Amino acid sequence: MATAPDTTPGPPSDASAGTPPGRTAAPGGEPAGRPRSMFRRGAEVFAENRLALVSVGVLVAITAFCFLGPLFYHSDTSVVDLSAVTLPPGAGHPLGTDNDGLDELGKVMAGGQTSLEIGLAAGLIAAVIGALYGAVAGYLGGWLDALMMRVIDSFMSFPLIFLLIYLSSVYGKSKTMLILEVGLTSWFGITRLVRGEALAIKVRDYVAASRMMGAGGRRIVLKHILPNTIGTTIVNTTFSIADAVFALSTLSYIGLGLQAPDNDLGGMLDVGTNYAGQGFWWMIYPPAAVIILIILCFNVIGDALRDAFETRLQKR
Amino acid sequence: MTTYLIRRLFQALVTVLLVTVISFGLMQLMPGGPVRAILGSHATPANIAHLTHQMGLDRPVYVQYWTWLDGLLHGDLGFDYIQQRPISDLLFNALGASAYIVGASLLLALLISVPAGLLQATRRNSGLDHAFTVFSFVAYGVPTFFLGFLIQQWFEDDLRWVSVQNQVATFGEALTHPQAVCLPILTLTITTVAGYSRYMRSGVLDQITQDYVRSAQAKGASRRRTLYGHVLRNALIPMVTLVGLSMPALVGGALIVEYVFNIQGIGLLTTRAALQSDYGITLAATLLTAVTTVVGSLLADLGYAVLDPRVRFT
Repeated sequence: MATAPDTTPGPPSDASAGTPPGRTAAPGGEPAGRPRSMFRRGAEVFAENRLALVSVGVLVAITAFCFLGPLFYHSDTSVVDLSAVTLPPGAGHPLGTDNDGLDELGKVMAGGQTSLEIGLAAGLIAAVIGALYGAVAGYLGGWLDALMMRVIDSFMSFPLIFLLIYLSSVYGKSKTMLILEVGLTSWFGITRLVRGEALAIKVRDYVAASRMMGAGGRRIVLKHILPNTIGTTIVNTTFSIADAVFALSTLSYIGLGLQAPDNDLGGMLDVGTNYAGQGFWWMIYPPAAVIILIILCFNVIGDALRDAFETRLQKR
Repeated sequence: MTTYLIRRLFQALVTVLLVTVISFGLMQLMPGGPVRAILGSHATPANIAHLTHQMGLDRPVYVQYWTWLDGLLHGDLGFDYIQQRPISDLLFNALGASAYIVGASLLLALLISVPAGLLQATRRNSGLDHAFTVFSFVAYGVPTFFLGFLIQQWFEDDLRWVSVQNQVATFGEALTHPQAVCLPILTLTITTVAGYSRYMRSGVLDQITQDYVRSAQAKGASRRRTLYGHVLRNALIPMVTLVGLSMPALVGGALIVEYVFNIQGIGLLTTRAALQSDYGITLAATLLTAVTTVVGSLLADLGYAVLDPRVRFT
C-alpha cells in the first residue's frame, strides 16, 4: 500500500499525523530523572499558540452564552406569537423575532445548546469506539487486523452525509438517535490513527515485559496501548466534535435533522434562508456566526493540540 | 508492479464486497423490514406474508444476500414502489449532473490548490501565505450549505450575474447549461481547495528541506529547475492519494450543493427520497456512491503507482 497521508478527520494540517505521541526522553536541558509529563509539556506548547488560546476563549464564551445566557436573558421560545413575526432587532427583541414570532436571541441560545450537546456527545462516542477498535485491531495484528481495517475502509467509502441521511430517515431524528447516528458513523478516522500507533507500541519492550509477567491481551490494550495513544485520541476527538456539529447542522438544514419543537442552529438556518429574499438578515447571520465559530474554534484547538502532543513537531 | 496491481485490485474488491454486506445489513436492520417499508403500517398480515414470500424474504439470509448481490451485478438495484420505477433507472438519470459537478470541482480544485500550495510554501510566512491559510481555515469552518447559500445570494440575487432557468439532471444538460451548474461547482471547489491547498503546502515544505534539493542546487540547477523539475513532482505524489481519500467528502459535498442549488442529481434524489421515507432509493444511492468512491481511490492509487517508482518496485 502506498504511503498515504493519514486520513485525519478535521482540517488538513502542515503535519501529517501519525507518529507516536510523547513519552520520549525529556528535551535537553531538563535534569535527567525528572522527565516532564506529556501533558505538561503539551500544555506549554499549547499555551504558546495564541490563536488556540483565543479559540478556547471564544468557545468558552459561546458555551457560556448558550448555557448560562438563558438564566439571565428570559425569552419564551415555545409559544408562537403571530402578532410579532419577523420583527427586526429592537426593544424587547435584541435580535428580532422569527417567522413564528419567537425571540431570535433566545432561539440562538437554545439552538447553540443543542448543537454543542449533540456535537460533544457524538464526538465522545466516536472517540471511545474509535480508540478501542483501533487499539484492539493493532494489538491483534495479522489477518484479523487486516479484516478489521478493510471493514473500516468500507465504512469510510460511504459519503458520510448519504449514510446519515439514510440512518436518520430510517431510525429517527430525536436528539438521542442523532447523537448515536452521528457518533456511530464518525469514529473510523480515529481508529486508523490509533491502530497505527498500537502497531508500534505493542512491539515495545515494556509491553513484552508486561506480557512476560502474565498480562493478557485485555490488560495490554487497556493499560499500555490506550494510555499511550491518548494524545492522538484527544486531538482527533476535537476534530470529531467539529465534524459532528458540521454534519448535524447539514442534516437539520436539509430537513432530516432535529424536528420541531427541538431545534439546532442548522434547522434555524433552514428556516432563515427561506426568508433571505425579504431581507430578514437577523434570522440568518446570528445562527450562522455561532455555528461557524464553533466549528472554527474546535478545528484550531485540534490543530494546536496536535502540535502540542506530537513531539516530532516540537522544537528541541 | 504486477504484484502491487493485483494486491491493490484484490483489496478494492474486498472493500466493495464489504460495502455490499454493510448495505445489505442496513437493509435487514430496517425496523419492520423492507415489506413494512413498502406496504406501510396498515398492511394486513396476509398481505405482508404474501409480499414477503413473493420477494423471497422468507428464505435464509445468505440466500437473500446472494440473490440480492446477483441482481446488483446485473444492474438491478430493486424497484421503487413509490415512483413505480426501477431504482436503477432513477439513479441513472440523475448520475450525469452529479458526475459533472464532482468532476469539474475536482479538476478546478486541483488547478487552484497546486499552484497556491506551491506559492505558499515557497513564500512561507509571507502575507500571501498567511492570507491563504486564513482563507482555508475559514472556508473549512463554513458549512457547505451556508457557503452555497451565500454564493447564491451574491451571484444570483445581488449581482444578478447568473440566472438559472433550467433543470439540470444529465451530463449533457450540465454541459450545455453552464449557468445552472457554475455556482454549485464554485461552492464545491472552494470547500475542496480549502482542504487540498494545505496539504500541497505542507507537501512542498516537506520536499524543499530534502537533501536532493541541496544537491540539485549545488550542481548548479536553477531555482526554477529545482522547483518544477524536482520539488513539484515529488510533492504531487501525496496529492494523488489525497484525491482518492477525499472522494467520499467530495461526493457528499455534491449532495449538499445539489440540494442548495436545486440540481437534479443523485444527491437531491436521495434527499427527496429520504424526506418521503422512500428508503429503497436512499440506500441504493448510498451504496452506489460508496462503490464509486472505492473505484475512485483505486484509480488514484494506481496513478500513484505510475508516478512513484518506489511503490512499483516494492
